[in-house]
Amino acid sequence: MFSLAKLVKPALGLLAGFTMMAAATTLAAADETRVVFVTHGQSGDPYWSVVKNGMDDAAKTLGVKAEYLAPETFDMAKMAQMIDAITASKPDGMVVSIPDAAALSTPVKNAVAAGIPVIVIDSGGSKLTHDLGGLLFMGQDEFQAGVMAGERIKALGLTKAVCANHEVGNSSLDDRCAGFAKGLGVDVPVMNGVIDPTEMKNRVIAYMTAHADTQFILAVGASGAEPTLAALDEMGLSGKVKTGTFDLSPTILQAVVAGKMEWGIDAQQYAMGYIPVAMFDLWKKYKIMPIADYPTGPGFVTKDTAASVIELSKLGKR
Amino acid sequence: MVSEIRDERVRSVSRLSRLLSRPELGAAAGTVLVFVFFAVTAGSSGLFSAKGIVNFLEVSAQLGILAAPVALLMIAGEFDLSVGSMIGFAGILIAIPSVFWGWPIWLSLLFTFAVCGGIGALNGLAVVRTGLPSFIVTLGSLFMLRGLTLGLTRGISGRTQVSGVHELALHDPLNSLFSGQVFSGLIAWLSDIGLIGKRADGLPSISGIPVSIVWWIVLTLACTWLLTRSRFGNWIFAAGGEANAARDLGVPVARTKITLFVMTALAAALFAAIQVLVTGSADTLRGTQKEFEAIIAVVIGGTLLTGGYGSAIGAMFGALIFGVVQMGIFYTGIDTDWFKLFMGAMMVIAVLFNSYVRNRAMRSR
Repeated sequence: MFSLAKLVKPALGLLAGFTMMAAATTLAAADETRVVFVTHGQSGDPYWSVVKNGMDDAAKTLGVKAEYLAPETFDMAKMAQMIDAITASKPDGMVVSIPDAAALSTPVKNAVAAGIPVIVIDSGGSKLTHDLGGLLFMGQDEFQAGVMAGERIKALGLTKAVCANHEVGNSSLDDRCAGFAKGLGVDVPVMNGVIDPTEMKNRVIAYMTAHADTQFILAVGASGAEPTLAALDEMGLSGKVKTGTFDLSPTILQAVVAGKMEWGIDAQQYAMGYIPVAMFDLWKKYKIMPIADYPTGPGFVTKDTAASVIELSKLGKR
Repeated sequence: MVSEIRDERVRSVSRLSRLLSRPELGAAAGTVLVFVFFAVTAGSSGLFSAKGIVNFLEVSAQLGILAAPVALLMIAGEFDLSVGSMIGFAGILIAIPSVFWGWPIWLSLLFTFAVCGGIGALNGLAVVRTGLPSFIVTLGSLFMLRGLTLGLTRGISGRTQVSGVHELALHDPLNSLFSGQVFSGLIAWLSDIGLIGKRADGLPSISGIPVSIVWWIVLTLACTWLLTRSRFGNWIFAAGGEANAARDLGVPVARTKITLFVMTALAAALFAAIQVLVTGSADTLRGTQKEFEAIIAVVIGGTLLTGGYGSAIGAMFGALIFGVVQMGIFYTGIDTDWFKLFMGAMMVIAVLFNSYVRNRAMRSR
């Protein structure tokens, strides 16, 4: 019934196909600039998906070859191996995120030592980037963005808040919550959430039932914000309990327009994908590189500005 | 008069001891234990208000929809690890044709159920044809479906979330089948006579029972009937108990297993349909880890990991325990950093209690 030979033939065919595809891509013109991204964010994550769109658009517009790599889970050992592997392949520029300095410093240093120019995006910060010999840091300081969000809520006169974190343990999301508490100037409990939207929504409902005096819910990403909006709707608290979020999505922007959400914080991460590709192209051709860091966020998208970016969000640019 | 001479091959078993030997008995006992625990620790916090009950039932229902056919498949001796990714995949199959190609929702739904059923059949075929463990085959499908979902979604939409389904589904004939509320009139009446609380704005605290709960109950009853009252049910037990002996006796083991793989795939598609139409969006990450949650619910429900023994009602209790524990901790006021520790411990205690009760019941026979 089951013959190994029958399975082996198509498998070999498939393998041959992949090999040819790989060969075709490596045979591209040698003088074409090649930029490789190694980040901790899977392209399946809505936030990183926008970064990758920026990279793809820049590569297409400028005729640059760009690749995007990320471990399929939050695995720093694997990410370090990826950086080593890419260093060995000698790209014209490498773009990395450094969410864990202890695990990634050595491979990044090695890349710099091997003569590969490195730009750090999203996580890592300016000091670490320059300590490791990176050219510049681009991104949003998550803690600082959290502080600014907290200050805005303090200005509204609200004190009882909760940070609804759909992925506790992800350091940049934890930083957002911690910064928020600092900016607000009071303790802010963290509600442990999940990716599953039904469970996330019901956890917000449960939390709000048990802590009915909560005045503000901070979501730290679209996966937490959309269920939070649904929960408030269901409880009849929409607009009464205030809420705001990091990152954008069409649903979030519509809620901001409708006054159901105070603001969405845009890290403008499209730029983190687009600009390094352009910079490395200029670097390879003319040895031109900006001399200072490039902060991309936080940009607060409020009721006045939300409507104008909805279409862009649908396209994965914002 | 018919003579009263009994056939010596038939043993008379009292109704009580028959009840005690049912696989779901332990799970029912575990459920009671969990409810007692939360009644004590969170009794006055709103967990057992109408809103709180619907809150945990909705979580249980979605998992239970998955768990009922997964229980049947596990009784037949196979696993399906692809149901979680199938949820993400099915959600995208519903959303993309509707949002980007202008298909009516009902057509996208039919298309999705057809494609998912087909993939389920392929899973089943691969298992029975190659003789490889279903654990490995469906682990392969788990990854392939996630990759396919991500590749398709980003290729077509440039994003990983597709929203905008709500507006399209508004007037669709199938919409209320998956996202509506039932018994709204009854709830309003109960609220009027004061049995159900009101929100701050004067509306009842719940506007109805989510239709997913009805799906859960209907599916569980259908699977139970299939398992205990139909010939197909005997085939399932036989296939999971001793497949070779069953085959010798003329049980179509391969056909039975393939059918069950189709059923689990369709259940995943149903889960996705409910979640997409309720939330109005699809996301490539949906369904992450649901394959494990479904297996947990089935095992809490008394089904053996090795196959040949179990029930669909048990899976229902398993899903109920899972939902209550998931939501209950939020009402207890325990710091949610301890959430997973607590949940894991509750699960193990429920299963231990479950097998303790079952063993006692079996011994007393």
